Amino acid sequence: MTTRFKKEVLDTPAWWQDLDRFIEEEKAKNPGHVQSALIPVLHYVQDRYGYIPEKAANHVAQSLGVPTVYVWGVASFYSYFSLTPKGVYTIRVCTGTACYVQGSQAVLDEFARRLEIKPGESTEDGLFTLEEARCLGACGQAPVVMVNERFHAKVQPEQVSDIVADYTAEAHATLSAEE
Amino acid sequence: MSSAVEVLEKIKRDASPIIAGEVKEPQVLVGIATCALAGGAQDTLDAVESAMDGNGSAGLGKVGCVGCCNLEPLMEVRKPGEPTRMYVNVDPERAAEIVRRDVMGNSPIEDWQMEAVEGIGALAPEGAPAPGEDHDIVDRFTRDWRRLDFFRRQTRICLRNVGRIDPESIDDYLAVGGYSALAKCLSELSRQEVIDIVKESGLRGRGGAGFPTGLKWQFTHDAPGDPKFVVCNADEGDPGAFMDRSTLEGDPHSVVEALAICAYAVGAKRGFIYVRAEYPLAVERLRIAIEQATERGILGDDVLGTGHEFRLEIRLGAGAFVCGEETALLASIEGKRGMPRPRPPFPAASGLWGQPTNINNVETLANVPAIILLGAEWYSSIGTEKSKGTKVFALAGNVVNTGLIEVPMGVTLREVVYDIGGGIPGGKEFKAAQTGGPSGGCLPTKYLDTPIDYESLKAAGAIMGSGGLIVMDDHTCMVDIAKFFLTFTQDESCGKCTPCREGTKRMLEVLERITEGKGEALDLERLKRLGAAAQRASLCGLGQSAPNPVLSTMDQFPEEYEAHIHDDRCPTGVCSALVSYVIVEETCIGCGLCKRVCPVHCIAGEARQPHEIDDAICVRCGACYEKCPVDAIAIK
Ligand SMILES: Cc1cc2nc3c(=O)[nH]c(=O)nc-3n(C[C@H](O)[C@H](O)[C@H](O)COP(=O)(O)O)c2cc1C
Ligand code: FES
Repeated sequence: MTTRFKKEVLDTPAWWQDLDRFIEEEKAKNPGHVQSALIPVLHYVQDRYGYIPEKAANHVAQSLGVPTVYVWGVASFYSYFSLTPKGVYTIRVCTGTACYVQGSQAVLDEFARRLEIKPGESTEDGLFTLEEARCLGACGQAPVVMVNERFHAKVQPEQVSDIVADYTAEAHATLSAEE
Repeated sequence: MSSAVEVLEKIKRDASPIIAGEVKEPQVLVGIATCALAGGAQDTLDAVESAMDGNGSAGLGKVGCVGCCNLEPLMEVRKPGEPTRMYVNVDPERAAEIVRRDVMGNSPIEDWQMEAVEGIGALAPEGAPAPGEDHDIVDRFTRDWRRLDFFRRQTRICLRNVGRIDPESIDDYLAVGGYSALAKCLSELSRQEVIDIVKESGLRGRGGAGFPTGLKWQFTHDAPGDPKFVVCNADEGDPGAFMDRSTLEGDPHSVVEALAICAYAVGAKRGFIYVRAEYPLAVERLRIAIEQATERGILGDDVLGTGHEFRLEIRLGAGAFVCGEETALLASIEGKRGMPRPRPPFPAASGLWGQPTNINNVETLANVPAIILLGAEWYSSIGTEKSKGTKVFALAGNVVNTGLIEVPMGVTLREVVYDIGGGIPGGKEFKAAQTGGPSGGCLPTKYLDTPIDYESLKAAGAIMGSGGLIVMDDHTCMVDIAKFFLTFTQDESCGKCTPCREGTKRMLEVLERITEGKGEALDLERLKRLGAAAQRASLCGLGQSAPNPVLSTMDQFPEEYEAHIHDDRCPTGVCSALVSYVIVEETCIGCGLCKRVCPVHCIAGEARQPHEIDDAICVRCGACYEKCPVDAIAIK
């Protein structure tokens, strides 16, 4: 993979200390049921890291006293947790019922065609990940697309190329600002 | 020692509500909810803020969604002694203009107000009584823009405060009677009396199954074991439904209060709210609500000075539909894979960590404080004989007013789709309404006058479900919709039991074949057999109900299945393997709209000359078909 665009790397000693603090807090909430801290902790890692890296999974397993395979088993069960890194921008096309009825499949297909990836994949340059979402709760604005935290409402297939172009430009601007 | 009611009175004396209560100075309220944010409400809020900056004493507040999601961003202007005005589609430019002309000046802009929107209905005369409305606790529809048909035909009990108070202010909630029901329970009612009121009200679970709520509370109350737990199910898995999200975003305290009441009634000291991770704003507002209630001594180890202990914890889901099923949800809280287990034992007897656990849906709970305050008799006077109270529906799909509504049980589908929903947009026809999402069924035209209640919907082959109501117009292919839902359930099947795991997979294969024009005569029989097996033999509700959308559409629209199978034809032109688009030369006016919307540039033609589609390049997205102003594009 020729990744040109990368997210910030958070893998520092302070990061691990914060994680440990969070794990202790969660464990304290239900003493006697330490394992129940697992999903909140996975959320914590996913939120800050963008995915669940192996190192973190091992560490969490040790802290909670469960086997690593158990952590993987749980993490892989839930579609919210990603076991591989994601692109700088995650494009989530809603294919919930309301959006589907309003034509979101054509929007998804168009993103896939433009980016030359299938839903669930990332572009080679590490810029975009394409995902399907099952209802983002904004059904009144269907079809809805979310790019990272930003909403795009009532999206039509012909708007897709502009959306992709805008974020590509934004990423290039950030990149040249850094260089 | 003072009673809980007295303690609450003292808390209320020190409260300073932001927007609830009398209007003493000009106020601007901007709706901030997920639907609003999707519509760009954050920019609107920023624009209002900068327009009002340093401009006198006008207040600015945030509210939940009043229900007109398609008109977001919404902005309400209130001035002392004047009717309030609701502005729609308020982009930043409009916002600045409204502040200048209406808030600061004295000339409201009529064209941008809700009354001017087509399809939202007529305005009833000032003061005309609204159905079911008889108390301040419940939203009133007799004044201002609330007299519009869209609102006046509703009865808002669950949504009583949504859009009326600042959801991030406990003082606002207190000002509209918040936590009075909890105080009343703690100081005046025994645990059994609370349960009896809920029983007599006739309230049934709004999460889908419709189980009597009071009875469930009784089971948990009677079950031996300590500690006990209460859990709120806010996983809202039905894709295309957002009742619980709206309630939590617009009035989180009502759910917190209801859980505290439930905990008192069943004898629990701890509670959990399990929320979908896709709802960050709901989570944030719940977090604030719990923090505020704890600060004021309404939650914690001395609830309203009574010595009762109650603590609440928020848990996030992680994108598994099956976790909405109660036993799977509890497994998820325990830190396991969210897989259901056979019942009995029911959670009331053996739930979280094997202890008695009462689990209720958000909407079910949000009704409880109103029932405690206004009484079982009041609540049971609303609705039908067996389905009491109201139901919240998320109205979406091909309908003019998409949004959130709450109607008394027993209204007809026609009232919902036409009188409140404003009918079908784009001059198209109503084809069917889908209720119950992936577990539900379709209601075609002949059921438009069927009353909406648990029994009638079931008899019609659909279910009440959790409240998703998707309206479909005559451009919707029912085989495709069945395939859509089955793709969903097949993907979300947890894999634990074979009838669900394999049954949904095999059924989906058959449906895929049919939509690709490779169906055989025997396929319909196969679907029925596989469906019946999954319904009977699956472990949990997911598999038991997964065949419903397929069987219901086969039942209601047999001719569509037959056209796909026998004629290799998709009558609505949705199944792309079975269609190609052509432009009818005689009808085409050469306006070029189709050329512009085509994402793959496969349409050619000179201006004002008939255009042509290159079928080899066409990706069959249907964009041109939808866009053509003169219906010159035909499906072959
Ligand atoms: C597959 C499946 C998904 C479910 N999803 C939800 C859901 O998202 N929200 C909900 O409240 N109940 C859901 N339920 C129903 C719950 O199991 C349970 O009946 C409900 O939370 C009980 O609360 P109530 O009595 O207040 O309705 C689901 C059930 C099944 C079988
Ligand atoms: S179905 Fe797309 S936001 Fe709900």
